[in-house]
Amino acid sequence: MPEEQEVEIYRARTLAEKVWEEHVVRRADGEPDLLYIDLHLIHEVTSPQAFDGLRLAGRRVRRPDLTVATEDHNVPTVDWDKPIADPVSRTQVETLRRNAEEFGVRLHPLGDKEQGIVHIIGPQLGLTQPGMTIVCGDSHTSTHGAFGALAFGIGTSEVEHVLATQTLPQSRPKTMAVTVNGSLPDGVTAKDLVLTLIAHTGTGGGQGYVVEYRGPAIEELSMEGRMTICNMSIEWGAKAGMIAPDQTTFDYIEGRPEAPKGADWDAAVEHWRSLRTDADATFDKEIVLDASTMTPFVTWGTNPGQGVPLGGAVPDPADLEDADDRVAAEKALEYMALEAGTPMREISVDTVFVGSCTNGRIEDLRLAAEVLRGRTVAADTRLLVVPGSARVRLQAEDEGLDVVFKEAGAEWRGAGCSMCLGMNPDQLAPGERSASTSNRNFEGRQGKGGRTHLVSVPVAAATAVRGTLSSPADLEPVASGEEV
Amino acid sequence: MEKFTQHTGIGVPLRRSNVDTDQIIPASYLKRVTRTGFEDGLFAAWRNDPGFVLNREPYAAGSVLVAGPDFGTGSSREHAVWALQNYGFRAVVSPRFADIFRGNSGKAGLVAAQVDEKVVQRLWDLLEAEPGTTVTVDLESRTVRAGEGPDAVEDSFDIDDYTRWRLLEGLDDIGITLSHADDIDAFEAARPSYKPVTLH
Repeated sequence: MPEEQEVEIYRARTLAEKVWEEHVVRRADGEPDLLYIDLHLIHEVTSPQAFDGLRLAGRRVRRPDLTVATEDHNVPTVDWDKPIADPVSRTQVETLRRNAEEFGVRLHPLGDKEQGIVHIIGPQLGLTQPGMTIVCGDSHTSTHGAFGALAFGIGTSEVEHVLATQTLPQSRPKTMAVTVNGSLPDGVTAKDLVLTLIAHTGTGGGQGYVVEYRGPAIEELSMEGRMTICNMSIEWGAKAGMIAPDQTTFDYIEGRPEAPKGADWDAAVEHWRSLRTDADATFDKEIVLDASTMTPFVTWGTNPGQGVPLGGAVPDPADLEDADDRVAAEKALEYMALEAGTPMREISVDTVFVGSCTNGRIEDLRLAAEVLRGRTVAADTRLLVVPGSARVRLQAEDEGLDVVFKEAGAEWRGAGCSMCLGMNPDQLAPGERSASTSNRNFEGRQGKGGRTHLVSVPVAAATAVRGTLSSPADLEPVASGEEV
Repeated sequence: MEKFTQHTGIGVPLRRSNVDTDQIIPASYLKRVTRTGFEDGLFAAWRNDPGFVLNREPYAAGSVLVAGPDFGTGSSREHAVWALQNYGFRAVVSPRFADIFRGNSGKAGLVAAQVDEKVVQRLWDLLEAEPGTTVTVDLESRTVRAGEGPDAVEDSFDIDDYTRWRLLEGLDDIGITLSHADDIDAFEAARPSYKPVTLH
């Protein structure tokens, strides 16, 4: 009898579809796919109830060797070598430490050189690699998609599920391409690009989709810029954001502590190259943008979709066609204490925050320092510079960036999520206004009653100097000082 | 998990779109290490306003929340679901839920019933005209019902089949997955060696 030949029918697939298919443990009619999870990142806020659940059911962590924990959300960014002053925060952090020990999970605690925001340390350690599935009890897990990984945020019940089984039941999402043509003009960053995109789509525009960012403007970005874009995928509702791995990706990963070595490296790169979306693959939806027309972009409202170019003005809700948008805009302006028609550049801020998983990496700090070198922070304005990880802090100090910040009058802090979500003492006071490089301008996000404008790093630094929303182009040139 | 077949309770009209999880429960309330006790954080900022719907009788005793589109956007905190449940809510009705919130609801046993935008408008009008009107969320028939007479509302809602089945049966997801342990073992045996590990 002739041997039955298995014929593989070629079907063009997207990057997301390839990664998905490689992780299906079980597929059955009427059920979500059961997906294998390659890496599970843990932090102190969304894990305690999950570990409790394991204990109650007498379950163990199936793969502690695919799990890593750190302390980032509620940790202080001053006196990090001392016990945490707030007893409730301390209990949460101590609970993580106990759980990590009991269940055999690797932990980078406060004070450790590898401690930092989960989404900064994964890539930094080389744990984040193309083609992986990565989850974390944090919505900004989408950051890791910059490497061509399928990465998304999950809730605590799902954290428990992954701890117990190293899998997650997931319904297959639709696919979307965001193609960005052209090149970003000088001074316009990945942050401006993604804020422009979200203003275009609204906060729900990506719902149900895994998005692939592609096109020349995306390919030109560094890995850090790509992470900024993928990080904010959740802000327009997308399940995940991905970028095809290329030489930029491989160069970033090679040599990192957990990167593949030797023959494994070659096998990995060969596989990673195969993950790119096939030329004839189709997406369920496509958005096309032109980067060359983009300018510094800032938000005026209370969700990340409520933004305008820095050169624009606060919009008039009456001009909005959609009734829901109109009501939302009216409520936002009331909360933000802004009047329609006010030029964005006339809005003065009390606090500037540079940091977060969106913009707390070394390139971000270099950009901020470039603007601040030889300049000083405006009177009555506070500038907080919070590195995304302890490694980023050490690197910045090696490069002397901390000196630039301190000489400009900024506060140079320890690593953590800090004022992005105001869970630790770094908060806005009621009524205070910030320019923030973070990802959310929700009511009260940075402290009860606080008002947030989302901005890029250069805009944040220039705003700190002038005290009003500004770009570096608005600044007086620095006098060349001593040599005169 | 407790089974959910249907629930009838006072409907609470929340006339807002884009209710993000920072509004549902601000970060400063996320420090507890239990699944209970989050009710104080629910809509914490808005509850300072005496006119806020949950500060008014009979809405304060509500258990079915009716909200505008894009409910639960933002953070993945399941604490948002727990805060609603700890307060006493059993179901949320909205034209559109953020993905993670909807997933978390299904896991924790809160019904996220997605309806047409017009249904929400009619429910809001009804619940404001007749405070204390009860809303029935029937998972078996996937319908939401409220009121009587000409203003009565009855319409279907969307919820995915698998989540509906799990909620109706009160099933523990982890238990279901662990029954497929052989499949997981087989998958792991074939994973490439270059995939990273965190312990050496």
